[in-house]
Amino acid sequence: MSLKRKQQSVRSWFKSGAPMVWLNGGAVAIAIIMTIGLLTLIAVRGLGHFWPADILEADYVIPGQSAKVLIGEVVQQEEVPSARLRGAGYPVTEEAPEFMTRELMKVGNREVFGADFSWIVDDWLQNKRYPAELVAVERREWGNFYGRLKQVKENGQVVAEGEAAWDELKARLARVDDLHSDVVKLEKKDIGRINYGLEDLRLKQRGLELKGQLNAQAQADLDAQRAELDAQYKVLEAELTALHGEFNRDSAVFVTSDEREIEINLGKMVRAYRPNGMSLSAKFSHYGSKLWEFVADDPREANTEGGIFPAIFGTVMMVMLMTVFVTPFGVVAAVYLREYASQGAMTRVIRIAVNNLAGVPSIVYGVFGLGFFVYVLGGSLDRLFFPEALPAPTLGTGGLLWASLTLAILTVPVVIVATEEGLARIPRMVREGSLALGATKAETLWKVVLPMASPAMMTGLILAVARAAGEVAPLMLVGVVKLAPSLPLDGNYPYLHLDQKIMHLGFHIYDVGFQSPNVEAARPLVYATALLLVIVIATLNFSAVAIRNHLREKYKALEH
Amino acid sequence: MNNLAETSMTAQSTAKRIDFNTPALKRKRKLRALKDRMARWYVTLGGLAVLAAITLIFFYLAWVVLPVFSGAELEAKKAQQPAWLNDAAAPLLLSLEEQNKVAMRLGSDGQVVFFNVKDGSERKRFQLALPEGVSIVSHAEDQPGSDRVVLGLSNGQALVFKHLYKVTYPNNVKTISAELAFPLGEAPITIDSQGRPLEHVAYSDKGDAKLLAASVGEELMLLSLVEEENFLTGETSVEEERISLPQIAAPIKSLFIDPRHMWLYVINGRATADVFDLRSNKLNGRYKLESDGNTEVTAATPLLGGISLLIGDNLGGISQWFMARDKDGVAGLKEIRSFQLGSSPVRQIVAEARRKGFVVMNDAGELGVFHSTAHRTLLTENVADAAAVFTLSPRANRVLVESDGQLKPFRLDNPHPEVSWSALWEEVWYESYDQPEYIWQSTAANNDFEPKMSLSPLTFGTLKAAFYAMLLAAPLAICAAIYTAYFMAPQMRGKVKPVIELMEALPTVILGFFAGLFLAPFVENHLPGIFSLLILMPLGMLLAAFVWSRMPESIRLRVPDGWEAAMLIPVVLLVGWFSIGMSGVMENAFFDGDMRLWLTNDMAITFDQRNALVVGLAMGFAVIPNIYSIAEDAIFSVPKSLSYGSLALGATPWQTLTRVVILTASPGIFSALMIGMGRAVGETMIVLMATGNTPIMEFNIFEGLRTLSANIAVEMPESEVGSTHYRVLFMAAMVLLMFTFAMNTLAELIRQRLRNKYASL
Repeated sequence: MSLKRKQQSVRSWFKSGAPMVWLNGGAVAIAIIMTIGLLTLIAVRGLGHFWPADILEADYVIPGQSAKVLIGEVVQQEEVPSARLRGAGYPVTEEAPEFMTRELMKVGNREVFGADFSWIVDDWLQNKRYPAELVAVERREWGNFYGRLKQVKENGQVVAEGEAAWDELKARLARVDDLHSDVVKLEKKDIGRINYGLEDLRLKQRGLELKGQLNAQAQADLDAQRAELDAQYKVLEAELTALHGEFNRDSAVFVTSDEREIEINLGKMVRAYRPNGMSLSAKFSHYGSKLWEFVADDPREANTEGGIFPAIFGTVMMVMLMTVFVTPFGVVAAVYLREYASQGAMTRVIRIAVNNLAGVPSIVYGVFGLGFFVYVLGGSLDRLFFPEALPAPTLGTGGLLWASLTLAILTVPVVIVATEEGLARIPRMVREGSLALGATKAETLWKVVLPMASPAMMTGLILAVARAAGEVAPLMLVGVVKLAPSLPLDGNYPYLHLDQKIMHLGFHIYDVGFQSPNVEAARPLVYATALLLVIVIATLNFSAVAIRNHLREKYKALEH
Repeated sequence: MNNLAETSMTAQSTAKRIDFNTPALKRKRKLRALKDRMARWYVTLGGLAVLAAITLIFFYLAWVVLPVFSGAELEAKKAQQPAWLNDAAAPLLLSLEEQNKVAMRLGSDGQVVFFNVKDGSERKRFQLALPEGVSIVSHAEDQPGSDRVVLGLSNGQALVFKHLYKVTYPNNVKTISAELAFPLGEAPITIDSQGRPLEHVAYSDKGDAKLLAASVGEELMLLSLVEEENFLTGETSVEEERISLPQIAAPIKSLFIDPRHMWLYVINGRATADVFDLRSNKLNGRYKLESDGNTEVTAATPLLGGISLLIGDNLGGISQWFMARDKDGVAGLKEIRSFQLGSSPVRQIVAEARRKGFVVMNDAGELGVFHSTAHRTLLTENVADAAAVFTLSPRANRVLVESDGQLKPFRLDNPHPEVSWSALWEEVWYESYDQPEYIWQSTAANNDFEPKMSLSPLTFGTLKAAFYAMLLAAPLAICAAIYTAYFMAPQMRGKVKPVIELMEALPTVILGFFAGLFLAPFVENHLPGIFSLLILMPLGMLLAAFVWSRMPESIRLRVPDGWEAAMLIPVVLLVGWFSIGMSGVMENAFFDGDMRLWLTNDMAITFDQRNALVVGLAMGFAVIPNIYSIAEDAIFSVPKSLSYGSLALGATPWQTLTRVVILTASPGIFSALMIGMGRAVGETMIVLMATGNTPIMEFNIFEGLRTLSANIAVEMPESEVGSTHYRVLFMAAMVLLMFTFAMNTLAELIRQRLRNKYASL
């Protein structure tokens, strides 16, 4: 702008259009703040959950009632007009300040108090303190426990009391932890294998029966195999009982905030810690172990605690299987459209249609997948190949295979469009040079064109994977469940179970956040899961962008 | 193209002769040519197959949906003339059991014959215990599907019996055995103490309370039987009570008892219905069933559930009536809809036992299949030469007609009568509602439920969500696109675009959970703050801009043009913080400390925590990047020569933008809006998680909604494959598919035209 215009009048300032430019700029600012704000919120809430929060102990004095002691973590804090508190039924007196602080406190001890969380008014808390001896116990069921450790028992006999009890508890918890992994291994792997074998035998027998080939010989054979499995099972069962006995040997007695004594079996504990007394490095190592548990462990307590490993695994398996379907087909369709089809009105129509299919609501693909893949294809395949399992459907119900096929159909337009774009960017002269040297069209395509277009295919594929990883609506219809009993890939023949239902990160967020019985407890986990999903998808997208930019630079040189 | 297989190659080099036509090289060339051809075939086939697979979606959806609109089909099976039929008395009643294997025939002499449907052969025969010299004068059935029959006798007594069928598997063979049961005892019950013949009867069994109605001439009798259990002995005793009702003026034609024992309908005279309130035992009203003086009621029956009455007249008209409240809250019998079957008098109406459909036969032997809710005539066909007696099987897939001493079975194929254009899109007057309404309620716990499958509230919800989303997204995205494409400094543009692209890639499930778990309670607690944000944000920006323009030049010139957006970030944060921070103060000052309560109590506005405002915010967030990137593209690719020309002629940048650039790019911006709209319409997870999923037709921003897509996600997993509900959900998916596909195609065509225009400039 000109330097002469030092000071404009307000009117001419408006006339110049500058305010409008600023307003438009404001829109950009808002969009950026919204995006970054959302990501920050998810990151802070998701990552903050694993930090060992201090345990507060305070006297809670509700006006007109006797004081009681509260122990717990403050999870959330907000300023509310006291009128609203009054409306919510709190006994707020008239002389209370205009605003009061309300806190959501995780008091744990669900079996004692009925609920893990309670809303309290901060202004009524007195004598706040953070004693170092307060213990937080994570349990396999009933959620967290907060209280003071009194004694440790072995087979009902007290072995340690007072301050010594804490070290004893830690040592014994480490032992229980080892035992736990043995129990899990035995239950899941060995007994799981036997159950799988028994089911297999049952299906074999039924199959023979259907074919009319179940003679005495076959029956005896099957019975022998079954007897062998049963014998193996007996051995394992005895082993498991012994392990369980060891596992449940120790227990610890705690005192709750209202002076009740609670005895908790060590087998029911995941970990115990005293956050108020922890050093910073101890807190960091606790944080690390919690984070690792989140990524690598199975969920506990109706998905509200523990990890999300099966969901990560399910998502990855499904996306990989989808890639296997979508890459060859997407590329072939793009090559056909760009290289072989005659470029007329028809091709243009097809191109527009393919382009637009990428914008069709994903739930429509889900409906198609459910109707066509699951019921029509799966139903027929069941009748053809798995008649022995009927009426229980094998492929005639949602599962890994159908989920990935549905997503493949959903993302194939993305791959086609990206590959086509890549093919279109390759200059004619490159092709013509190859043909002039005597190569056939197929050779040109295979040796020259496709390698040059491969980054474009990669881009398309990455975008497809990113979209598939975040898609939930169609999966809800074709085979994603809230809790899958086992992973789709395991040690039992045929190793990859295409008919298995899977867990999925996106669906996990929906399910835990909205269908969970204990939403407050689940919320931090939902944030953490969302953060993980965002990181995965952002990484995929940025790499697609990087590849695309790299590709553009590369062909700029060719075009001139 | 190099055709290797047919050309032979020569090398004209004098220095060294290479023979390119050795057998080995020829073979190799042939192989290469073969590979080339194979590749061509493979790619063509593969490509076409993939494209076909994609288009399969359209055809598959249509294939699933289409059966819904096809009518019913009637297929005649071989007529039977069993020997026992020849000497049987005239038929009063026919009935079929669930499996369509066994049928029952009640003759006017009190003979109940069970026979095989397939060949007409007799299975079992019962003689009802009628007193000596007494004949059957009238008969009636309880609820469709209850299999309870009441007979009015010539001596003033009534007999109730029930025919039941037991399925057993002796030796793994399915066997159906028919039985008769007498819920009120095998002996007839006296209704008219004077012993006159009961001309009309009706019976209703509501578990422990039973009602028997009968009439002689103009006289109406009602008997109530209440079973009472003695607490001490555990014995049940039946309490009999005669209820006296006001008398009727004209001869009674038929009687119906509402199964909830609220109303008694008495059809009398030519075409009048008297309705009695059974709680007060008073006349509710007298209703004229036909407006025309020549028409006369010839047949009547209750529909499944007993709420509606179907009245057939002598001109072939059938009308549906039920009790509905008017504006003053007074219940009255209302005509809901009417149907027509030929022009002969309607003789018999049989209601389906599972659905709200019914089958009608008239004196000319014409059979009509109808559905009440859908207001659909599915079939009319001649099945007999004259009036006949017929029945419909419980699954409504078999019709059995007796005429001219013959038993004629028909297979009725009528899988989806519930759906019609009016049922899907128009206001429908459902049973127990007081006026026609748009309602989606596909399933319920009870058996005689009337499915309400109006797609209107869902479509309305879809458009409402999209509207509020676009209200936020359209101005923000387009303004941001204008600024990014036209004013923004290139270095900043390089940083802003990836952020917005990341915004586009965010999975909607994350936005949905954010909206449902964070935004919804946040908005509820900070309502004044959210609304003041809308007003303060532009004001704050303008103020910041003005302050900046008043800054001394030395400061102003330090920041180059095109960085306004970056400077506004702290302003936006400040305004946001201020608005939210002031929210509580404003609530205390203007809304008695709680705006939500104030809205509900003082303004009478319903407030749901998960409402359209939250959806608008969250889905707006999802749609912004779609609109932004296409609009930005359109504005950015406006040829620079145009804007330079305008600037050179002395226009300010803003004038150039509004008068030249935007005008040129407007088709592109329009197509961006359409694509955004398409995405908002089809979005599932956000609306599923951020709304209460209540299918209501209210435009109120503080109320929830249910969209087509969320409805599919919610109901599809529980829907029975192949049922009408399943197909209607597919139809919802098809509506979505076609809508978004049309939107996107239009947008794409506009963009292509625009691109050609730019190219020519």
